[in-house]
Amino acid sequence: MSYSLKAFRGIMLVALWFSLLFLPFKGPLGAIILFASIVVSISLFRALRRVRFRGIKLSLPYSRYYTLFLLIFLFLFPLFVKDYYLDVAILSCIYVILTLGLNVVVGFTGLLNLGFVAFYAIGAYTYALLNLKLGLGFWQSLPFCLMASTIAGFVLAIPALRLRGDYLAIVTLGFGEITRLILNNWDSLTGGPNGLTGISSPVIFGLSLGRLNRYYYLVLFVVIICYIIIKRVRESKIGRAWLAIREDEISAGSMGVNVTLYKLYAFSFGAFWAGLAGALFAAKMQFISPESFTFIESVLILCMVILGGLGSIEGVIIGALILVILPEVLRGVQNYRMLALGIGLILMMIFRPHGIFGSTMIKKASEKIRVSEGANRI
Amino acid sequence: MTYILEVRELTKHFGGLRALEEVSFKVREGSIISIIGPNGAGKTTLFNCLTGITRPTRGHIHLGERELTGLPPHEIVRCGIARTFQNIRVFKEMTVLENVMVGEHIHIKTGLFQTIIRNSVFRSKEREAMDKAMEYLGLVGLEEKAFIPAISLPYGDQKRLEIARALATEPSILLLDEPTAGMNPQETSEVMEMILRLQRFGKTIILIEHDMKVVMGISETIVVLDHGVKIAEGPPDDVRRDPLVIEAYLGRESLVEA
Repeated sequence: MSYSLKAFRGIMLVALWFSLLFLPFKGPLGAIILFASIVVSISLFRALRRVRFRGIKLSLPYSRYYTLFLLIFLFLFPLFVKDYYLDVAILSCIYVILTLGLNVVVGFTGLLNLGFVAFYAIGAYTYALLNLKLGLGFWQSLPFCLMASTIAGFVLAIPALRLRGDYLAIVTLGFGEITRLILNNWDSLTGGPNGLTGISSPVIFGLSLGRLNRYYYLVLFVVIICYIIIKRVRESKIGRAWLAIREDEISAGSMGVNVTLYKLYAFSFGAFWAGLAGALFAAKMQFISPESFTFIESVLILCMVILGGLGSIEGVIIGALILVILPEVLRGVQNYRMLALGIGLILMMIFRPHGIFGSTMIKKASEKIRVSEGANRI
Repeated sequence: MTYILEVRELTKHFGGLRALEEVSFKVREGSIISIIGPNGAGKTTLFNCLTGITRPTRGHIHLGERELTGLPPHEIVRCGIARTFQNIRVFKEMTVLENVMVGEHIHIKTGLFQTIIRNSVFRSKEREAMDKAMEYLGLVGLEEKAFIPAISLPYGDQKRLEIARALATEPSILLLDEPTAGMNPQETSEVMEMILRLQRFGKTIILIEHDMKVVMGISETIVVLDHGVKIAEGPPDDVRRDPLVIEAYLGRESLVEA
């Protein structure tokens, strides 16, 4: 009994904390609704875990419950919300794909890429051009978009991989700027600064995905696929080789990892996802211009990766969500929102320099061992 | 008498510095050979040349019939030479098990497509690799710590992990760069036993070592380097009495006094 009381107090505290945080932005009514919904949902979640079905305890492991609830929530989400929220959700999904892609390059392999947005732009423009000039649909263009961005990643990687650290960052930054400048100045093909309009939405079985809620399901599906693939690749020989390169290049080479080849893989694999995100972005917006692919965009995606925790798949998803959703939530304080975001990032760097989900486990484990070792010595 | 590795007139210059000057020696299959010499004698440079990390200025390295000179490190591993490092270079933020599995990299044959669909072939290969990695960890006595990050291992264990990781590449020749540096006598003798055990498994071992007890205790042949030049080679007892070696270690004076 005392245990459940304690747990309930915990839930109350969590709910109170979040509603207090949201009080300035959503007013007292919003805060109360948030408070109530958090308390109810967490209690429900805990209660459901104990449900016995005809005497048989549901035997899903703890984390599976989270996944199940999360999926149900994500699928039902569009039924209850206004278009504005769907719009933010779709944008979040696109950024999640981008972030997962960049995480492969920066987080897994440890190569600082400041021109990631170039691959995003290449994906978007490839779809836009194929659609407008050749009249190809989304699904026919998609393979070309993916090929274009992957090949661009590969081609950039060849000269870039001779360089390390800061120098690599500068070359990738240059690549991003060159791509943007080409798009901006090749008027006859890309429409220059005016961009391209009238890009069509994808169609599945004669069903246009132009409506926001349908499009939401498409991007959600892509995010899930992307998550699964990246997770699987991470937990294989390829992922281990990437991490080994990040940790120690010389050592990785001495273990038989072809360092150059695997860096090429990482660059191309990351670019692949950026191309996919670009095509989805173009199809959603139905309008693209070089404005959307500036250097700041690269920095933003990098911030998402760093905020979430370099190399942590779940972490960078959270990072992307925070950096897309927070500015929207903070719209209430218009002029100060970027300031608040900046302060937030600085505080992060001070208190959690490894990101929200980065390396905390590792630190805790090492502290524990050091303590026990010390005890043994005494 | 079969020689598995032959080094001929290996020379490495860093600008004006002659790190190695025409060093030649042969290694018999299944033997333990030690490279010794004062600091800066070129021992680690020799290892770096053997494993392809630095390219020698001149000279040849033959593994059996095969010429290794100038091959990149990952190719040399495929030929069957693996190494550990003097200053530990484990993959710090990966688990101990994953560290060893990186060592198995060249023996795991799964492609990207298999990885993505994660079919039964992929799963069984991954399972097999994991079991093998656990075996290697068992060999160095680390299987209990398989799932903790390598950075949280104490120093001695990290050295052992490096050996397990090198063994995972299934080398015929194992290069150990100061495996007992910084260890207490107890740990040192454990490592010595482990090296002898590896020799019984048929591995050829080349050792850089400062601890004379280890060197004299287990090596069949000792190669002595000084200022990049080989000044002596032979069984421990001969090398111990060699005047050139005594001079290199203790200076000319001591030789005169003796």
